Amino acid sequence: MPPQAPRKPRRDWRGWQFTGPFAAVFVFVFIAPLAYALWLSLFQNRLVGGNAFVGLENYRTALTDPQFWDGFLRVLLFLLVQVPIMLALALIAALAIDSARLYATGLFRLVIFLPYAVPAVVAVLMWGFIYGDHFGLTADLNELLGTDLRPFAPAWMTASLGNIVTWEYVGYNMLIFYSALKTVPYELYEAAEIDGARGVQVLKAIKLPAVRGAVVIATIFSIIGSFQLFNEPNVLKPLANNVINSYFTPNMYAYNLSFAGQQYNYSATIAIVMGVITAAIAYAIQLRGTRREDR
Amino acid sequence: MSTIKRRTIIGTVPAALATGALAACGDDAEPAAAGKPEDLDAALEQGGKLTYWTWTPSGEAQAAAFTAQYPNVEVDVVNAGTATDEYTALQNAVAAGSGAPDVAQIEYYALQQFALSDSLVDLAQYGFADLEPQYTASTWAAVNLGGIYGLPQDSGPMIMLYNQAIFDQFGLTVPATWDEYVAAAETLHAADPDRFLTNDAGDPGFAQPLIWQAGGRPYTVDGTNVAIDLQDEGSRRWADMWNRMLQPGLLAPIPTWSDDWWKALSNGTVASLISGSWMPGILEGSVPEGAGNWRVAPVPSYDGTPATAENGGSAQSVLKQSANPALAAAFLRWLNSSPESIAVFLENGGFPSTTAELASAEFTGTAPDYFGGQQINEVCVAASENVATGFQYLPFQVYANSVFPDTVGTAYTEQGDLNAGLEAWQASLESYGETQGFQVN
Amino acid sequence: MSTATRNHRTIHHRARRPRHSVANPRKSLALTLLMGLFLAYALVPLAWLFINASKTQTDLFGGFGLAFGDSFALWDNIARTFTYDDGIFLRWLGNTLLYVVAGAGGATLLATLAGYGLAKYTFPGRKAYFAVILGAIAVPGTALAVPTFLLFSRLELTNTPWAIIVPSLISPFGLYLIWVYTLESVPKELLEAARIDGAGEMRIFFTIAAKLLAPGIVTVALFAVVATWNNYFLPLIMLSDPNWYPLTVGLNQWSEQASGVAAEPIFNLVLTGSLLTIVPIVAVFVLLQRFWQSGLSAGSVKG
Repeated sequence: MPPQAPRKPRRDWRGWQFTGPFAAVFVFVFIAPLAYALWLSLFQNRLVGGNAFVGLENYRTALTDPQFWDGFLRVLLFLLVQVPIMLALALIAALAIDSARLYATGLFRLVIFLPYAVPAVVAVLMWGFIYGDHFGLTADLNELLGTDLRPFAPAWMTASLGNIVTWEYVGYNMLIFYSALKTVPYELYEAAEIDGARGVQVLKAIKLPAVRGAVVIATIFSIIGSFQLFNEPNVLKPLANNVINSYFTPNMYAYNLSFAGQQYNYSATIAIVMGVITAAIAYAIQLRGTRREDR
Repeated sequence: MSTIKRRTIIGTVPAALATGALAACGDDAEPAAAGKPEDLDAALEQGGKLTYWTWTPSGEAQAAAFTAQYPNVEVDVVNAGTATDEYTALQNAVAAGSGAPDVAQIEYYALQQFALSDSLVDLAQYGFADLEPQYTASTWAAVNLGGIYGLPQDSGPMIMLYNQAIFDQFGLTVPATWDEYVAAAETLHAADPDRFLTNDAGDPGFAQPLIWQAGGRPYTVDGTNVAIDLQDEGSRRWADMWNRMLQPGLLAPIPTWSDDWWKALSNGTVASLISGSWMPGILEGSVPEGAGNWRVAPVPSYDGTPATAENGGSAQSVLKQSANPALAAAFLRWLNSSPESIAVFLENGGFPSTTAELASAEFTGTAPDYFGGQQINEVCVAASENVATGFQYLPFQVYANSVFPDTVGTAYTEQGDLNAGLEAWQASLESYGETQGFQVN
Repeated sequence: MSTATRNHRTIHHRARRPRHSVANPRKSLALTLLMGLFLAYALVPLAWLFINASKTQTDLFGGFGLAFGDSFALWDNIARTFTYDDGIFLRWLGNTLLYVVAGAGGATLLATLAGYGLAKYTFPGRKAYFAVILGAIAVPGTALAVPTFLLFSRLELTNTPWAIIVPSLISPFGLYLIWVYTLESVPKELLEAARIDGAGEMRIFFTIAAKLLAPGIVTVALFAVVATWNNYFLPLIMLSDPNWYPLTVGLNQWSEQASGVAAEPIFNLVLTGSLLTIVPIVAVFVLLQRFWQSGLSAGSVKG
């Protein structure tokens, strides 16, 4: 939450000349479509019979729609497994780099970050080729090691996607954590050493508290990202059409409802329900994160 | 600044919604004045600018040939994506009320959907009914949907393509019936577990032609009355037969068109394909390793009597949003019925829908080296003559195909019963149809 | 390196600088090797891309994925990528650059102004401003696509560059970063001093604050560049004319060209195109790392 700037007695409108342009565009590309989506969600437009006001009917349907909840549970599972793994890896990498005990620190920092610069579409096309269990790299691996990796099998699919997402974003999160660690004043470490604190103690007493804020932010962004999962499964779909079905994630479901099924109204409803859930969870994490900080 | 923007938006919302609403169907009243056949030549004379969406490789060359002949007309050829991607863009443009091209390529299976949403111009007003004798019965039936909503370009009568080298190596004979086909699949896979007679990971664009070939007529469409029976005799016949391939693992689980699939064709993992008559051109163009090995044969039958179906193929249609429908129709007439245009189309490896080309000695006499000098078009033309009649697609077929993987696809991944998958698909389609206001029986 | 030498060096160091474990601790080979796994994870797919972009389509269909093919066709592939379909790839590259310059440039400007304004002014509606922006980023952008699309098409913005550029102008993360950065690095006293000298608010911002914010601005710009360079979904629905496609959508279209009645697989060009798409953005990051790494430090402290 924003910190309070010193209170001023009279109304001061000067801030708007700075914040106005952003607000104007924001209203145009965010608020207006959002309002329009809300409006759309109150109607039902049939291929036969035209448009009719249906009130909250679409919301009732959404709350009991097994396909929506199937997708929702999938991204929830994804979130509960992939996000902690990714953030833990990112944190480990950040701590390792920050420890200055690596040779060629700069190389590590840069290379681990590199995948973030790869467009998601390119990343997925690439991993799609690699995942090919008949003739892709996976097939070569299976032959070489005698393993039976099947990245496109139903049981593996979520993990395969999780791997792509982890690959894309672990470096980005690592950098956020690393930057947070960099802000720790040198004197703090010196003081710790004088007190005789070592290794794990320094980690617990200085380093982890230093990254807590960054972890909260990264968690929130990762949660929003997971709930919005779309590009990766959608680009991978042609390679695993039966496994990545049309409601694999809520966002894919919303997309297919409108663009394949022409159910624009219901699609808008799904979007709003998903938005409300995401906002609520993100807000809860933020509250929890800040409360801990206060302690 | 922000107030102005906000006002624009508020004014915009209801308008967008109104145009977003698709017109109710079933009423034939044309809002605009009906065109006349004479309009076409006048429009060509007068000229203008057209936008044409297509993913056909010959699109640009055909448009160039057209403008050479009619210099007053400018045609902007746009590849707005292949098949479903294009339909999404087209659907969006229709919903938005602007942005659609004048002429668009639409596969036969999707035509009904666009006709129903009142997006296409009925070309009967321009006298297109007279063109009927030029086309094969099955392709004409596909565009004549209570109005002429397009002109056929290519067709895809089903054939079988097989790799003779592998057949020789494993002592397989070319199967004439599906029983023999399943037996051949067993023999090959038993002799070499790394090889498969064919692949199929679940593909509605493949399953439905096979149901059609088996005599299934799962969809009955009469205006907004829709009946769906994916367990009719023919559908079951196909599913039962294909279960014998799927359940014992005789189908390579490689999605058609994936990079793995192209590799499987190149290295002989997959020994044959059931496909449309456009497939030989693709093999020749993109699987050079197979040169000299591949052959073409009729698709296997159930009882020895030859029967085929259409697998793929597209028409071109004029969109209602076109500012100059007469000119668009005139271009379309030239595009899909003039010998000059069809010649360009054939040069690019397309498979025609016009009877004159299919019957020409030049066409049937082609004997490509890639197919060991076999006169493959003889097989293909025979297939086009044996297309069974009476198959209809749903007025929401694009959506239907998009949920095929959700239902039938599950049967594929679990190597389960395709009939169960078809039943699940039917349930999903019925519920969608009802939500969309169709009378579903 | 053997343990003995390492110990020896350590002792040597220790003798010279007693507090070296804080500033310059002993390098650990074990840790470096362990982190090497990380490096491999990040690099193997990129190496795979490079190797396979150097293969002909025929080599691509056979042979081991991490070994070079019979012929090294990278240059040939690059030439074909640039000339295929009348050089549409170059057009896509140009479009992408346009979207990046206009979209990311504009996003940086707007986010910088707004972040600064929020940090340094208490104006009516400030709290609501924050709440609305934080709340809105949680709504799935993908799902807002349809309303946005319908809205834009009413304004006849679809199928034009504006449909891509205008939505790219909003970067809530950028706003957040600048806000935090401003709080940390623009002292109020400096602004007050300038006001006493009679400078206008905008002038103060551009002459004083902007300089202090430079690392933050570079960071925001870089992340906006990545976001627009990688933008896929928005152009996918907004554009139907390939002449306006950015690289990402174009490459996916090339990839899907391998399917259907007129299938013509060009996987080698898809891979080469992907490689070419990555190179500029990676280059920008490598060249500007000094800036964005310091810029990020500020942003990450605040919760």
